[in-house]
Amino acid sequence: MTHDSRSELYQQVIIEHNKSPKNFRKIPGATHEAEGYNPLCGDHLHIYLHVQEPGGVIDDISFEGDGCAISKASASLMTTSLKGKTLKGADVLFEQFNHLIKGELHPDKDPNVPGKFSVFSGIWHFPARVKCASLCWHTMKGALDKVKTVTTE
Amino acid sequence: MSGVVMDLDVKKIRQDFPNLHVSVHGKPLVYFDNAATTFKPRVVWEAMDGYYQKYASNVHRGIHELSEKATAAYEATRGKVQKFLNARDSKEIIFTRGTTESINLVAYSYGRHFLKDGDEILISEMEHHSNIVPWQMLCEEKGCILKVIPFNDQGELIYEEFERLLTAKTKLLSIVYISNSLGTINPVKKMIKAAHARGALVLVDAAQAVGHRRVDVQDLDCDFLAFSGHKLFGPTGVGVLYGKAELLNKMPPFHGGGDMISSVTFEKTTYAALPYKFEAGTPAVAEVIGLGAAIDYVLSVGFERIEACEQSLLEYGTRALQKVPGLKLIGAAREKAAVLSFILPGVHPHDIGTLVNDEGIAIRTGHHCTQPVMKHFGVPATSRASLSFYNTTAEIDRLVEALLKVREVFP
Repeated sequence: MTHDSRSELYQQVIIEHNKSPKNFRKIPGATHEAEGYNPLCGDHLHIYLHVQEPGGVIDDISFEGDGCAISKASASLMTTSLKGKTLKGADVLFEQFNHLIKGELHPDKDPNVPGKFSVFSGIWHFPARVKCASLCWHTMKGALDKVKTVTTE
Repeated sequence: MSGVVMDLDVKKIRQDFPNLHVSVHGKPLVYFDNAATTFKPRVVWEAMDGYYQKYASNVHRGIHELSEKATAAYEATRGKVQKFLNARDSKEIIFTRGTTESINLVAYSYGRHFLKDGDEILISEMEHHSNIVPWQMLCEEKGCILKVIPFNDQGELIYEEFERLLTAKTKLLSIVYISNSLGTINPVKKMIKAAHARGALVLVDAAQAVGHRRVDVQDLDCDFLAFSGHKLFGPTGVGVLYGKAELLNKMPPFHGGGDMISSVTFEKTTYAALPYKFEAGTPAVAEVIGLGAAIDYVLSVGFERIEACEQSLLEYGTRALQKVPGLKLIGAAREKAAVLSFILPGVHPHDIGTLVNDEGIAIRTGHHCTQPVMKHFGVPATSRASLSFYNTTAEIDRLVEALLKVREVFP
């Protein structure tokens, strides 16, 4: 059986976020930042966060860089999911996203998973593209862990 | 009329490559990733199968029947490679794992022993990483200096710059014959002559050349030449280093072990003569035998036909791709192989790769292990269709259609 990947992978949400990404900018005075590279394709992202202490709330998050539609849309969606979350909450979403891209989570069935993640629920059909979607999340995690550079390899 | 004859030929040739007849996403495969690896004609794995089923045994060892047969088949390929490259002697043909290992062999064995602090190694801006990194490692260890010949926006080496960079300090020129990411065919013969006049040796990376045009090492007068079997319609895991005997003779071994010695005591080991000095351990016997079958096959098709067919595909493809709005070809050398690297502004190559894959078309997207080339053109990656003589103009039309669909998804 074949799948129609265009409808599955390049849904309108992805095309739109690629065209007009959210939070595509620098954050002057960011408390955390990191560079993420995918050496296989040359993609790179820069993730900025501003974390409010005490309390550890991400009050601003943004990104810049070059990449494919999947990596850009994923970064854009990630920033909208994380803004206003606590660091603990960010960890939970990071884990959920990792499960999702392995095909282990189903946003349609699980009410605890953000609905906006559903556009990536079929990406495990495309092993070569999984890293495109996950680069931003690993870079974000690297920024919070004070790792300056993150690579997918 | 001639077009009809050509099509019939291609139809017949395609029957030799079962892999061309698979479907991807329910569509007949279009395989345009020949610069990464070529498909193998049936005769190649039949030869390997014959070895595994009828005379699988080690080479250069046993006196039993099967070992003698395996050794004869293995050595027969060496003779075929010698004729294929027009080398003077079969002992100048060393079997390696591929182009990368062949280049590393020269860097390690020749470079470490004959190059010294301040010596210059000249490469070009369009080299594959495998012809950059071994020299960087050598430079780091020995204090040699790496110099790089730039290319222009058409993707042609700037010859005046080459002449300027080539000095008495240049000890080695290591140059790609045909660029995998641009398709540029470099004037290696002329460059070799110029390098020799300055006293430098020359290594030619012929990975992308041997499957597409006749390569004659005596005519080129190169000192070393490297290629991989799997880009010559042969198996993976086997490649060749050609070297002039007088150079190979004075070079120390690359790897130590069995097969590369003439005698071993704990006090002293005497190395074997060429070519075995450079072939330590049990080689890829089946793959070498498969490579022999691949060479026979390519010669039976003939380079005249191969070149004519690929040049007409290149011309057709260059024109046809212009139908895609905004598409820009990267690499427009006057002397060019059938490689079509391109960008579509606003669409990342990986998205192109995934979308054309939906249409059953295999192209390569990424930096093609030539990051300096990408940097030159200010792009992170390109999409690349690399063609071979078994491809057709109808397949190019399908690529164009698929790219027009990409434009619909990313207007």
